[in-house]
Amino acid sequence: MLEVTLYFLQQLINGITIGSTYALIAIGYTMVYGIIGMINFAHGEVYMIGTYIAFMAITGLAMLGIDFLPIVFAVALISSMLVSSTFGLAIERVAYRPLRGGNRLIPLISAIGMSFFLQNYVRISQGARDIAMPSVVTGGWNFGPEDGFQASVSYMQIIIFVVTVISMTALTLFINRSRLGRACRATAQDLKMAGLLGINTNNVIAATFVIGAALAAVAGTLLGMYYGVANAYIGFIAGLKAFTAAVLGGIGSLPGAMLGGLILGIAESMTAAYFSTEYKDVVSFGLLVLILLFKPTGILGKPEVEKI
Amino acid sequence: MRSNLSSAFFAAGVTFILAFPLLGLQLTTEGVSLILASSSATTLSYVAIGVLAVFFVQLFKEQILGQLSKVKPKPGTISNLLPAEENRAKLVKPGVLFVVVVALLWPFMMERGATDLATLVLIYIMLGLGLNIVVGLAGLLDLGYVAFYAVGAYTYALLAENLGWSFWACLPLGGLLAALFGFVLGFPVLRLRGDYLAIVTLGFGEIIRILLNNLTELTNGPNGIGGIPKPTLPAIQTEPDVSIIGLEFSRRASEGNVPFHEFFGISYDPAMKVVFLYLLALVLVFFTLYVIRRLMRMPVGRAWEALREDEIACRSLGLNRTAIKLSAFTIGAAFAGFAGCFFAARQGFINPESFVFKESVIILAIVVLGGMGSQIGVILAAILITILPELAREFQEYRELMFGLMMVLMMIWSPQGLLPMKRPHIELKQE
Amino acid sequence: MLSVRGLSMRFGGLLAVNGVSLDVNEREIISIIGPNGAGKTTVFNCISGFYKPTSGDIKFQGKAIQGMPDFKISRLGMVRTFQHVRLFNSMTVIENLLVAQHRHVNTNLLSGLLKTPSFRKKESEAMERAAYWLKKVDLLPMANREAGNLAYGQQRRLEIARCMVTEPDMLMLDEPAAGLNPKETRDLDELIVSLKHDYNVSVLLIEHDMGLVMGISDRIYVVSQGTPLAQGTPDEIKSNPEVIKAYLGEE
Repeated sequence: MLEVTLYFLQQLINGITIGSTYALIAIGYTMVYGIIGMINFAHGEVYMIGTYIAFMAITGLAMLGIDFLPIVFAVALISSMLVSSTFGLAIERVAYRPLRGGNRLIPLISAIGMSFFLQNYVRISQGARDIAMPSVVTGGWNFGPEDGFQASVSYMQIIIFVVTVISMTALTLFINRSRLGRACRATAQDLKMAGLLGINTNNVIAATFVIGAALAAVAGTLLGMYYGVANAYIGFIAGLKAFTAAVLGGIGSLPGAMLGGLILGIAESMTAAYFSTEYKDVVSFGLLVLILLFKPTGILGKPEVEKI
Repeated sequence: MRSNLSSAFFAAGVTFILAFPLLGLQLTTEGVSLILASSSATTLSYVAIGVLAVFFVQLFKEQILGQLSKVKPKPGTISNLLPAEENRAKLVKPGVLFVVVVALLWPFMMERGATDLATLVLIYIMLGLGLNIVVGLAGLLDLGYVAFYAVGAYTYALLAENLGWSFWACLPLGGLLAALFGFVLGFPVLRLRGDYLAIVTLGFGEIIRILLNNLTELTNGPNGIGGIPKPTLPAIQTEPDVSIIGLEFSRRASEGNVPFHEFFGISYDPAMKVVFLYLLALVLVFFTLYVIRRLMRMPVGRAWEALREDEIACRSLGLNRTAIKLSAFTIGAAFAGFAGCFFAARQGFINPESFVFKESVIILAIVVLGGMGSQIGVILAAILITILPELAREFQEYRELMFGLMMVLMMIWSPQGLLPMKRPHIELKQE
Repeated sequence: MLSVRGLSMRFGGLLAVNGVSLDVNEREIISIIGPNGAGKTTVFNCISGFYKPTSGDIKFQGKAIQGMPDFKISRLGMVRTFQHVRLFNSMTVIENLLVAQHRHVNTNLLSGLLKTPSFRKKESEAMERAAYWLKKVDLLPMANREAGNLAYGQQRRLEIARCMVTEPDMLMLDEPAAGLNPKETRDLDELIVSLKHDYNVSVLLIEHDMGLVMGISDRIYVVSQGTPLAQGTPDEIKSNPEVIKAYLGEE
């Protein structure tokens, strides 16, 4: 009985770890959607680039002989956030801004093109093969009987959880307290009106892309260190899952993205543990279709009123 | 000048961040450990040149734009180079006739390799035309089109392998099954906003690939299915009794069939197989073209365009938007199913690698480049996109990068594609 | 024909429509009037199924229709226009009218692909009906032009013709006279009356042009801030002190 409970607990821990990173990526989708009502298809690639930059920073520091953890983390996070946000900015500037206001299909296609371009940009510049990086943080706590099944929480999992909570709190404070945050909320309510009231909506839209990209970079850094492997294609599946999380929680809603990420992460880790690893991706997709079928507004989303 | 300078620094900084870490540094594995190396001096100098170029262009933006506007020709697309609208109508008939004749004679004038490549082009034309129904005519973004292609291909491969069904029995079935998948997938999603369809189809494409890889007992997983029989030519036999038989294009026919060359009493030529496949693909393309041309003139074609224009007005007039969108999605899927069936027959071997996301994007690129909604545009784009990588091998490496870039640029400059074309309007004849 | 009882619509904290009831009988022209933002269009949207009302009963020809999908309500014979013209702009005038007849024509894919006789027959019938209504609204010479290129008044008339080819029993017009010049308004007046007399169509109208409303309405409902204020014949409304105070008094 104890063993069964511990095994379940272990899956829960794994699920929360993965889920909190999905939530970080999902915020990028939800913020952009909340403001311009469109899906940023290239968001997954920004996450992938974040992982690459974090790997570069960590490897570079290791070659210089620096392995003091706080410095490694700080450098990895800051550099990946800087580069990813710049990509976020570029995506908005190139694939979205010139196309705003036209047929909705057009920015979607240009974003898909952008996503494909970025994938291949990294594939060509960094090679198509997987790159593997040794763990930076090792060890953890075990609980359970010495001779039986032990559940464990690795230090890395704790770091993931803590960093996620800090990022989310910072974002919430930013949205609620800062000037730009207030402008964001106003623009999300009514883009035209916000513009008339003197808010530079172009900057606000660019800011949402940048903030979303920075959070995706945090997720990229954390997940990259957790898994230790990356290639140019990881953004595709991660993006799909984070999008599912955003829709599950209710697209446009920040707490929804967090909740959706956690639920999806737990559902996935349970499927992998009790059913089959191959099908964990199928589960997240199935979940997406089910939500769209029965509750397209998600758990915390508000129903949209069509303007006629 | 001050603001120009700061924006020039900003733009150069952005370019540097976008280019330097990924192009200038390289993560490589040395032995067992990962190291960070700097790229070649050439690459680094390219990055530097790029950053400087952006800096100076931003700095002297006004002057450059001023110069450009003097020399710039009137903006427009290729269609400006074409004859005027009225004259074009006169040119259409002989033009089409010419193309049909060339297409029919092609395999007899060209070598085997060229015919084989042309067959591949025809497959992509079919896929492009099929996706064009969904994207171009109905305005729905389908990012998992290749999944329906896979359904068609595996339908034939599995039925031929396990039950010995012929190509001709599987062709309609493959289309039908793909349509069924499209229907089941589209039904829940098409009620919602367009973006959801895009992401659900994207996920669906991925799921189909995962299933094909993992349902090993059925699909043989990543190893794929081989020995898929080639299509036969149905013929009527009079000896010993009157019956329909299949003519095969191999030296010896399998049981129940007769080799083509024996039936007609000519000598065996391995090139005949290639020619037959080409002609078969051509027939399928003509069939597709005919169906789509009819669809555009039918009530459902009008409804697609009306839905693209104003969904709310459509609903107020009693049009069921879900059903109408679903019809486009399902018909589009059916054509992918036909194409998949033919693809399996032509290759003789299929595995999940042929049905990855990349393929969906390539087909979408064909539709986008050709001009959403335009048939001739799609055909030209399919030819261009299939042949280019064959002509220049070095291009292969950068092919996908270019496709991505092209899609973005096309959307910015000319969303109607290279050859925008209007749906044939229905006219009221007045006395 | 149409009966609405206790219709309410709430958007979040805002009660946009509060307990509106109205009746439309056969061959009647009924107007809803009220100041801007009174919730008239929201009433329209609820009746035609674009919004799901928060509460209330709507019956059309004896059938409960509240919460029914919009396109199904339209198929029962109740079609509407919009405050802002909603034509299929890049389609021709005649095609606009053909799309509207989508459920009257043969939409079977196979018969369309093979151009069967029944398909051709239905198509030519649709064409004739379209031509008939174009003539009626004086747009026959424009048949093959793109709808987006028509003048504003012509677009308004085309919108009404597009409703009429669906052969409705009831027509809902949302501010049909908005933006029309006096001559066009008079033509519209005649057209609406003729729809009632010659085609047995009931008309439910939202309109600000009081001349038009008072001239053609059989009965009038006044709505203010989402709540019903008064109802009656044009003469009763004109002399109702409450209405004068709340609405006409402003002018």
